[in-house]
Amino acid sequence: MARTIGNRKLSLWDRLPLISHFRQSVGWQRGMLTGGLVITGIFLVTAALAPWLAPFGFAQLRDANGLFGSQVPPNSKHIWGTTVGGYDVFSRVIWGTQTAVSVIVVAVLLSIFAGVLLGLVSGYFGGWLDRIMVVVADAIYAFPSLLLAIVMSIVISGGQSSLWGGILAAAISITVVFIPQYFRVIRAETVRMKSEAFVESAKVIGASNARIMFRHVLRNSMRTLPLIFTLNASEAILTLAGLGFLGFGIEPTAAAEWGYDLNKALSDVTSGIWWTSLFPGAAIVFVVLGITLVGESLNELGDPRLRGRKSVEAASGAMTETSVIQTVTAPAHSGDPAIEIDGNQGWSDR
Amino acid sequence: MIDVIKPGDDDAVVRIKDLTVSFATDAGAVKAVDGVSLEVRRGEVLAIVGESGSGKTVTAKTILGLLPDTATAQGAIILTSKDRGSSTDVITLSKRQLRKVRGSDVAMVFQEPSSALNPVYTVGWQIIEGLNAHGHYSRREARAKAIDILGRVGIPDPEARIDYYPHQFSGGQKQRIIIAMALVLDPGLIVADEPTTALDVTVQAEILDLLRACRDEFGTAIVLITHNMGVVADLADRVAVMYQGKLIEQADAVTLFTHPTQDYTKRLLAAVPHVGQSALKTVDRAQNRPADWDDVAPLVVADELRIEYPGRLGRPGFVAVDGISFSIRPGEVLGLVGESGSGKTTTGRAIAGLTRVTGGSLNVLGMEMRGVRERQFKKIRSQIGFVFQDPGTSFNPLLTIAECVAEPLVVHGRAHDRSAARSRVDELLEAVQLPKAYGDRFPHELSGGQRQRASLARSLALDPKLLIADEPTSALDVSVQAKVLELFSELQAQFGFAALFISHDLAVVDILADKIAVLWKGKLVEEGTGAEVLGAPQHPYTQRLLASLPVPNPELQATRRAALHVLQAQDAALALDA
Amino acid sequence: MTADTVVAGRPSPGVGTAKKKDKKESGLLRYLVVRFLLIIPTIFILVTMVFILMRTTGDPITAALGGRLSADQLAERVAAAGYDRPLFVQYLEYLGNIIRGDFGTTISDNRAVSQVLLTYGAATLELAFYALIVAFIVGIPLGMIAAYYRDKGQDASLRVMAILFYATPVFFAGLLMKLIFSVWLGWLPTNGRASTRSDLLLQALPDKVGIYVIDALRLGNPQVIGDVLVHAILPAITLGLLTAGIFLRLVRANVIGTLSLDYVESARSRGVSEFRLVRKHAYRPALIPIITVIGLQIALLLGGAVLTETTFEWKGLGFQLVQYLQARDFVAVQGIVILLAIIVAITNFVVDIIAALIDPRVRY
Repeated sequence: MARTIGNRKLSLWDRLPLISHFRQSVGWQRGMLTGGLVITGIFLVTAALAPWLAPFGFAQLRDANGLFGSQVPPNSKHIWGTTVGGYDVFSRVIWGTQTAVSVIVVAVLLSIFAGVLLGLVSGYFGGWLDRIMVVVADAIYAFPSLLLAIVMSIVISGGQSSLWGGILAAAISITVVFIPQYFRVIRAETVRMKSEAFVESAKVIGASNARIMFRHVLRNSMRTLPLIFTLNASEAILTLAGLGFLGFGIEPTAAAEWGYDLNKALSDVTSGIWWTSLFPGAAIVFVVLGITLVGESLNELGDPRLRGRKSVEAASGAMTETSVIQTVTAPAHSGDPAIEIDGNQGWSDR
Repeated sequence: MIDVIKPGDDDAVVRIKDLTVSFATDAGAVKAVDGVSLEVRRGEVLAIVGESGSGKTVTAKTILGLLPDTATAQGAIILTSKDRGSSTDVITLSKRQLRKVRGSDVAMVFQEPSSALNPVYTVGWQIIEGLNAHGHYSRREARAKAIDILGRVGIPDPEARIDYYPHQFSGGQKQRIIIAMALVLDPGLIVADEPTTALDVTVQAEILDLLRACRDEFGTAIVLITHNMGVVADLADRVAVMYQGKLIEQADAVTLFTHPTQDYTKRLLAAVPHVGQSALKTVDRAQNRPADWDDVAPLVVADELRIEYPGRLGRPGFVAVDGISFSIRPGEVLGLVGESGSGKTTTGRAIAGLTRVTGGSLNVLGMEMRGVRERQFKKIRSQIGFVFQDPGTSFNPLLTIAECVAEPLVVHGRAHDRSAARSRVDELLEAVQLPKAYGDRFPHELSGGQRQRASLARSLALDPKLLIADEPTSALDVSVQAKVLELFSELQAQFGFAALFISHDLAVVDILADKIAVLWKGKLVEEGTGAEVLGAPQHPYTQRLLASLPVPNPELQATRRAALHVLQAQDAALALDA
Repeated sequence: MTADTVVAGRPSPGVGTAKKKDKKESGLLRYLVVRFLLIIPTIFILVTMVFILMRTTGDPITAALGGRLSADQLAERVAAAGYDRPLFVQYLEYLGNIIRGDFGTTISDNRAVSQVLLTYGAATLELAFYALIVAFIVGIPLGMIAAYYRDKGQDASLRVMAILFYATPVFFAGLLMKLIFSVWLGWLPTNGRASTRSDLLLQALPDKVGIYVIDALRLGNPQVIGDVLVHAILPAITLGLLTAGIFLRLVRANVIGTLSLDYVESARSRGVSEFRLVRKHAYRPALIPIITVIGLQIALLLGGAVLTETTFEWKGLGFQLVQYLQARDFVAVQGIVILLAIIVAITNFVVDIIAALIDPRVRY
């Protein structure tokens, strides 16, 4: 079998998320994952290189030749034209990646810490506290997230603010929306894990609650996080854009934000001015598409029922050995899927 | 259509020729079946036996063309219809042709009756769907046929029950309904994949009777896939033994059980536990006890122990254990036997402090468990070991075996960290006959039997006075089970711990236990030594349980079956009187 | 088939006597009651949360009129409205008022909030309804098709399409469609719920419902009916496709999940066709989790409605909410947000009941 004991290093490498997923993927699934990774890569590189890629500043209205002018159609100087406010569209789209990345990082980090901790404690101890937290989390979860984000952004910043104030306000607004999601997922995993034999066996041994939670439960419930991470990252961008579109985002002079630009482009459309809305909008779609493709693929590949497999050449492959009689000397293999071919509960159920 | 039927083969319902099946897995291509040739004659029960990974299920599913897309099959499977009007090679059939064959020429009975029925449709709807897939029936005709077949497989009041949903039937009844679905199209062959594995032993006996009736009264041939040699002895006419994807031996049932030719078959048969095999050992152990043994204070005393699970939202709770009393003395092995829902696991978990005691008294190593707090009980935990049923899930998948085994040592301060515990871990691994190097492996890199050995090592790490083993071998193959039981017995002799050994299998319990307690619906119906309980059972439930247990000997099993039928007739008469 | 007697074994003990059935029906009733009672804490928590959040920024009058009045005038108005009392007293009073259906009076245009909710709620309801129809028609069949062709080209393209639907912010989708269908092609109107002429006719209608298509039907003027429907096309598709993408993904994953279950294999072994396996055996059990999740999408739909209404100047709750937010009129904002929360809570209740009715394990 391919997975032998000798190459531990390889197996650790294989176990890393994304890499392991990529190796498992086949056909269309691999295509979608690759597409997602490429788009996400372009997005991240653009954010990192924004100062070199963008010809102008995000709040720049004039250069040595004077004002850029308002609603200038695409031309050689402003390849994607200028906005109604007189900014260069191309530059603002490029700079917008930085804002998006900052908001994703802050929002997801904050919500992961709060959500994971709450979910772990609530799910592990159960009882009244757990029930109350579940009802609260469910109530927030069922609430239109955009509305919650708007209310939060008013609370935090009064609606408008500077670069970091704005990013932080947007990020915290999004965090409040996401905490219940992380809470639900981690709590569900914890509750499931709590009845698993290995947690019970730790309990029987007499391990303390903290030891069981962090050594046994937490590490095992982390495996769903890459998936939620990607799905939430794309949702963070959409929420940020939604806030910006409604006028509760970041001031144009503080940072470039696609949702704000679309808000300003709303009236342009009626008069047939397409470049002010098309490019920032397409940027949002492009980035969300990329990240969601990665997340979706992770989801599919993590679920054995949804994962596709290559078909094989007839009568190929090595015979598996069974652990009959000579138990001690038999090669290790029980983790191999082949063993479960004979099991009736579904051979792909690892 | 294929015209390869040679004269003399006329009687074959299915002929498998040189079948090879490969699967695509994450680890590459894997061969599951390797050059198997078989044939099943009309009205014959062929049992295919083998342990997990032997390819028996894959072989059976190939007969219906039910392999997943990741599988590739080579060879030929020639299926002949019951009226001998047509025969086809299943492997070459298109999807549409396969659909015509499935159900009408060959049907299948599944292992898990509760998951093989669609929960959102009535059973009648599901039976009629099968009929409509193969012919045109008016509504009334189809319904009449469905009612008829339900009645014939022993579902009482079929006119009303046809409109019931699956969850309204018991497990045994569901399996009857699945058999009815298979029979309704009158196929020449039924493939039954572990049809009784998910059922309790008393229900198993009824389903085996029903399958026998399928053969005798409907003339249906059956391919019986099973790992249980007792079931084989009870039902099979002919037996095929598979090992590592190959067919290694084929003979009629009596010959195979009395004169197996292959080493593997011999070892397989020898590994099957049977009642009464260790009576001598138990007597020996009893004689070797010190004279004052009877006066030693027991480690565990249960007195009218009652455990009730709370109901949700004001509904009445579920009483799992209902006033049982027993005791376990130092160095004694108590075997706790019962079917599903008997409360045996709950009892074990209560002793380990995993389930709350709600009534009566349970004294464990001097600590009263009723209303005990985890803080108080923690000191005692080091003296209790626990072995779980499924060795696959009882290890943290992210820790190595050595780390897992060292865990109790670290938790109870016997070692500062893993490396300090390593020498003790090596000792323990040696004691359970695992190479030291296995300590560095991860749980998924070990086989089921190896993991259960490691689990034993972990439970013995603190040299406990009491060990609770909850069905420790029921997830293992029979030959592995024999080895683990032997090891358990050796360790018990060596370390001298007392044990509560929980199992659904009377024969397994008999091998190890000094005393056997039989649980039934939360009540303790019988207790005594193996000789007493198994030799001369007093309670009718124990009698039925014992009589339902099939033995791996076709001739002996036939007489036992007759005895069981007598018992059942008595029960029925009693039920009528009542 | 030869023997017509019971072929084997003793008949199994009976279940399902009349008494037992009664007990199970009362089980469903109990479920309904418990589930209904669960709405109350949900709404209560949301009301409390919104109240606290809105008030951490200060009292509504200062927020709305802060720069425009002198400090004395402001204090006077604050005192008159009772906003100088302890927050907890105001909270209890607000709770009591909500229970009586009184959401207060808007500060910016001095209207009863409950009246605002009634007038604009109908418009949002109408939009959400159209959008749901689009989402069901597009999402569910395509999801089943994707599951049927899983891992093939059709599946991959449908999934990318679903992700595109989801990845496109509704306001951008709205802008694009306006650009293409209204501005460039000139087929459809750009904004609003009806043309000015129809609007006037509809407003003049006595005891109007507020749902334009119903009012138009009652008016019986075919031109107005057509006008109202034409105005709804772009907003409904914009909002509907977002939800359709999510439905598609949901249906596909759940149908594929159920397709690998034993009972599907069991039906396959009886010769049931692959199409029927998807259509009957996998779809209906998959529907139960799907319906539950659809309930959660109502929140997303309402959030999307805010953006869609703003994009198309569809004068509903969302459009109004943004206006009030910009005017810093927090009494109105609070009322609208709470109403939306109540709608979500009640929809989730209804959805859970439907799921329970589909599942015979709960029903019996």
